[in-house]
Formats: sequence, C-alpha cells, structure tokens
Amino acid sequence: MEFFVFGCAALMILVGAVGVITRSHPVHAALSLVLTLFGVAVLFVAQEAHFLAAVQVIVYAGAIVVLFLFVIMLLGVDRVENLRTEPLTAQRPLAVIVSLGLIGILVAAFTTGSGALHERGEGINIPDLNTGTDANTTQLAESIFSKYVVAFEVTSVLLVVAVVGTVLLSRRIKSVEVETSK
Amino acid sequence: MIAALLVPTATWYLVLSAILFGIGTFGVLVRRNPLVMFMCIELMLNAVNLSFVTLARKLNDINGQTIVFFVMVVAAAEVVVGLGIIVAIMRNRSSVTADDLTELNG
Repeated sequence: MEFFVFGCAALMILVGAVGVITRSHPVHAALSLVLTLFGVAVLFVAQEAHFLAAVQVIVYAGAIVVLFLFVIMLLGVDRVENLRTEPLTAQRPLAVIVSLGLIGILVAAFTTGSGALHERGEGINIPDLNTGTDANTTQLAESIFSKYVVAFEVTSVLLVVAVVGTVLLSRRIKSVEVETSK
Repeated sequence: MIAALLVPTATWYLVLSAILFGIGTFGVLVRRNPLVMFMCIELMLNAVNLSFVTLARKLNDINGQTIVFFVMVVAAAEVVVGLGIIVAIMRNRSSVTADDLTELNG
C-alpha cells in the first residue's frame, strides 16, 4: 500500500518537475508546479507529517502558485518562449552534467550514509485513538511554541519586512515624483 | 520477500528528493524566463523539505518537521520579495528573458 502511494506520488512529482522545466508556456509551467507540490504533500502525509501536508497545499499550491499566476498575467509575459534556440553554446550539455553530477553525489551520499542514521529524537507522535487524532499538530505546535518560540517571533519580523519591501518595490516612482513636485 | 522489498524506505524518499533537486538545478541553469527560474527554485526548496520530513521520520525527531515549517514561511517571504523585484524590473520592459538584464553590471 505504501509502495503504491509512493509510486503515484513520485510519478506526480517527477512529471510535474519535468513539466516545469520543459513547458515553454509559463502558465503551463506553473500548473505543472502545482502537480509537484501536491505530490510532495502526499509524501508528507505518507510520512506522518499531516500538518505540514496541509500547510503545503494551502501555502504552496494555493498562495504561492496563485501569486505566480498573478504576476504572469500582470506582466503579460504569458508568451511562448522558444526553447529550441540555445543562447549560450554548450549551456545545456554543461547543465545536464552539473545536475546529473549533483544527483549522483547526493544518491551516493544517501546510499552509503544511510547506515549511519540512528534514532535520536524523542519520537514523533502518530495519530491514533490513544494519542488523539491531531497528535502530529500538537507535537509540532509544542516544538514551535516552546523550543523555537524566538525563531517564530523573528519570523513575524521577516514577514513584515517582506511585505513592506514589496510595497516599496512595486510602487510607481512617477506618482511619487508628481506628489513631491506639487 | 518481494513484499518486504517493496516497502519504501527512507533511502527511496531521499533519492526522490535528490532527483527533484537535480531537476530544479537543471531548470535554474537552463531556463531564461525569470519566473520559471523562480519556479525551479521552488522545486529545489520542496526537495529539501521532503528530505527534512523523511529524516524527521527516520531519526524519530520532530525538529525536522519544525524546520520545514520555518522553511515554508521563509520561502513564502522570498517569493513575495522576488516577484516584487521581477515586477519592478519588468514593468517598463518588453523583454522576458534574464539575459537582457545586462545593465545591472557595474
């Protein structure tokens, strides 16, 4: 059963990822990204990270992809990019070598180093009738709001800075000059 | 025996995340539309998140899931700022490729 889930989710992830880098239309690439993000959410559920799966669907597949689509429509860059031409000579063969080498190094590290992994944490609560149906969410909340509460508060500062910076960036400079010249 | 071989171990998930990371790297290196390059960066972030969750289960440690939560928040902020920069650059410009941004060099 877990093999079936893993196979379907891996297929979704890989098809979506290949779609992102091969579709010449940016909207199609964004929709392929949704497929990949849903696949990752399925694998989160398969590994007992239920809260993160929900956040993945809401934040990534919901908010971030919608933001991408908004920007694509706003800029009017939803034109088909010609992928046949290669702007730099030997760019694509070199990129293939780099990415395949990266995959090779990572896979070698995972296969040789997996014996060195051993359990060291306090354990992850898996939802059942004894621990409650929201055991994972409760445990994650206890971790965030006790051990990492300072990081959580700093995150709010980061979000405020991001929002203010984006408003400043996307403000039209012409209107500012008109207002100051009055 | 076959049923025992077909249970996905942590290595399977880690190899999948490595492949996803490699695909994202290839996209960042090859694509020229800055929005699609950004999507490829999201692919790489998701690959790292997947490996964090996998290792959280493998090591029986909730901290792996906690850091994925923070990575998601920072990724959301990063997307907002990055798309704001792209909008600011591209507003008065008809070109859509990253190769045309050569006036950024000093």
